[in-house]
Amino acid sequence: MYLYNEFDDKFVRARVNQFRGQVEKRLDGSLTEDEFKPLRLMNGLYLQLHAYMLRVAIPYGTLDSAKMRQLAFIADKWDKGYGHFTTRQNIQYNWPKLKDVPEILDALADVGMHAIQTSGNCIRNVTSDHFAGAAADEIEDPRPTSELLRQWSTDHPEFQFLPRKFKIAVTGSPNDRAVTKAHDIGIRMIRNDAGEAGYEIIVGGGLGRSPFVGKVVREFLPREDLLPYLEAILQVYNLSGRRDNKYKARIKILVHETGIEEIKVAVEKNFLTQKKYFQAPSDALVSAIEDYFIPPKLIDEDVKGLEEAMLKNPALRSFVDTNIEEHRVPEYAIVSISLKPIGGTPGDATSEQMRLIADLAEKYSHDEIRISHEQNLILPHVHKSDIPALYDELKTLGLATANIGLVSDIIACPGMDYCALATARSIPIAQEISTRFNELKLEHEIGKIKIKISGCINACGHHHVGHIGILGLDKAGIENYQITLGGDGTQNMTIGERAGPGFSAEELMPALERLIAAYLDIRENDDETFLNTYRRLGQAPFKAALYPETADA
Amino acid sequence: MPVVIKDGNFVEDQFIANGGGFTSLGKFGQDSFEATSDLVGLDVPNDTDPADLAGFIDHVDAIRIPFPTYADGRGFSIARALRQMGFKGLLRAHGAILADQYPMALRVGFDEIEVPAEHAGRQPQSQWRESMGRVNDNYQDRVMSPTQPKPSAA
Ligand code: SF4
Repeated sequence: MYLYNEFDDKFVRARVNQFRGQVEKRLDGSLTEDEFKPLRLMNGLYLQLHAYMLRVAIPYGTLDSAKMRQLAFIADKWDKGYGHFTTRQNIQYNWPKLKDVPEILDALADVGMHAIQTSGNCIRNVTSDHFAGAAADEIEDPRPTSELLRQWSTDHPEFQFLPRKFKIAVTGSPNDRAVTKAHDIGIRMIRNDAGEAGYEIIVGGGLGRSPFVGKVVREFLPREDLLPYLEAILQVYNLSGRRDNKYKARIKILVHETGIEEIKVAVEKNFLTQKKYFQAPSDALVSAIEDYFIPPKLIDEDVKGLEEAMLKNPALRSFVDTNIEEHRVPEYAIVSISLKPIGGTPGDATSEQMRLIADLAEKYSHDEIRISHEQNLILPHVHKSDIPALYDELKTLGLATANIGLVSDIIACPGMDYCALATARSIPIAQEISTRFNELKLEHEIGKIKIKISGCINACGHHHVGHIGILGLDKAGIENYQITLGGDGTQNMTIGERAGPGFSAEELMPALERLIAAYLDIRENDDETFLNTYRRLGQAPFKAALYPETADA
Repeated sequence: MPVVIKDGNFVEDQFIANGGGFTSLGKFGQDSFEATSDLVGLDVPNDTDPADLAGFIDHVDAIRIPFPTYADGRGFSIARALRQMGFKGLLRAHGAILADQYPMALRVGFDEIEVPAEHAGRQPQSQWRESMGRVNDNYQDRVMSPTQPKPSAA
């Protein structure tokens, strides 16, 4: 795990003091609310529906127990005893008071954390694969690269006031768990034919009201050139991105309207200039950071007791079936902790739960915790012999829900319950879906499926890339839910297709039930997932299930 | 009277005092342009492609770039690009710049800031001086420098 050096610490403290000054300037009137806004946004402070909301960065989703305990402490002291993990590897506090925020930021700095650039039109918190450093399919750990990007982008003098926010994701595995193709810049760590390590650079992906799959702007970028190349993309974007319309200001629109070929020419030309100014090769910077990410010393011991425990306890077996991923070391497992209890709020964790997870990370996972963009927590290095004990402890605080990747493992944005921009509720819909399918006892039969819900067209719930996407709109004062089908957020990123007219909140659940029943009916066998069935048969049979009246006519 | 901020101080507009004047890019671009002042300053709109200024930079003493709102950061990139192209003259940012943006402006190559008097009234000199103190400690110098020290491992 990256540890702050003296410089990082000094920098973050200085930022806290600066923000303390800005809060004072706001309170004494030397800054208007309008002028204060971009400054508070640079420090992660939003004005929400009911109160301020503070968004804290969890860079590339990596935490240790000390950080997690501090998050719990903050939740207790300055919020209502819980926090909300988001789809961008952040944690949000929904109820801080403006005057307390500098103190909260100080508490974060005590454990090497901050809220810098978690909002505003700047380069946001860099996200990465939540299984980084543990996954069996990984080429390379993406976190040292991500950390370098955090440093490069933090307080970058040129790129704090971009046309719009700018999100970067990095993956070190061919199986893309970081949704890189839906980011302003997506970075894939690859090897070329000669076996040299480099990056594939993808630009202009994004969801929101006009979703785009990112396009490759450079097929193979040598590792030494990473920063000057990104600098070039950002300078081109800052100068040419649209500023006349906030909905057309993301780089995806620039790429779309200008064409990827022309963008490529502009970026490559600019890159030649930037290269002269980056005197340290990026690969050397990355390898200096790699020292912080030395893999934990795993013990070489056979797995004992797990099989027996699973025989005795079917619930444990089901937990292992769904919540465990292959670790690069076969005796180890990556354990996902679901923050989607049946009927709960996706992504919420209480301070008590955070503390338990911190304890368990210390005890069973070499003090490492990860946050996934699917709003779950992960213990990345658990010896398989420890799984039964871990499971029992998780159960004590309702953290052993065996539903990772299943129908109740729903991504939902905050929606009408918290968000000022929402046009419909999102969390209650997720709760209803998970409760209903749990009653029907169908969850395991349905198998792997991704349902994603957004409470407005901004698509924070990633509905475009849900196998089933749900978008809540407002039709003349009444909530209306549009369904998209066939979306996919992996390396094969696909934008879901709209199935047809939307449903009212009351009609939605029966429609989803018909949809799932149709899938179970027409799938080739139990192993054919919803997405694969959809790809094989197309939209027609699903549409017929959603709209039986029109199908008969 | 607008206020000019240089080295963290509110100062008199020395460029104008020394006989300088600003001309719009459009006028300057015409063949018939004749300098109306001893020192030639160019007003460059912030939607200009810096590459289009390549022919001018050796012939002007100063370039002034507007910030219509503090949220419009194009001027930061134009300034940086001009410096990268080798412009050695005076670079001035003009308009809605906050004291907290001062270090950014300095770091991309601006020499001075010109703000409306009302704006300077609400953000006194002390705030600019304080924020100027943040210029040096930054990540970018570190990741761009050839002598970045290898951090010690945890
Ligand atoms: S999708 Fe809309 S409602 Fe949901 S969090 Fe984003 S802005 Fe708010």
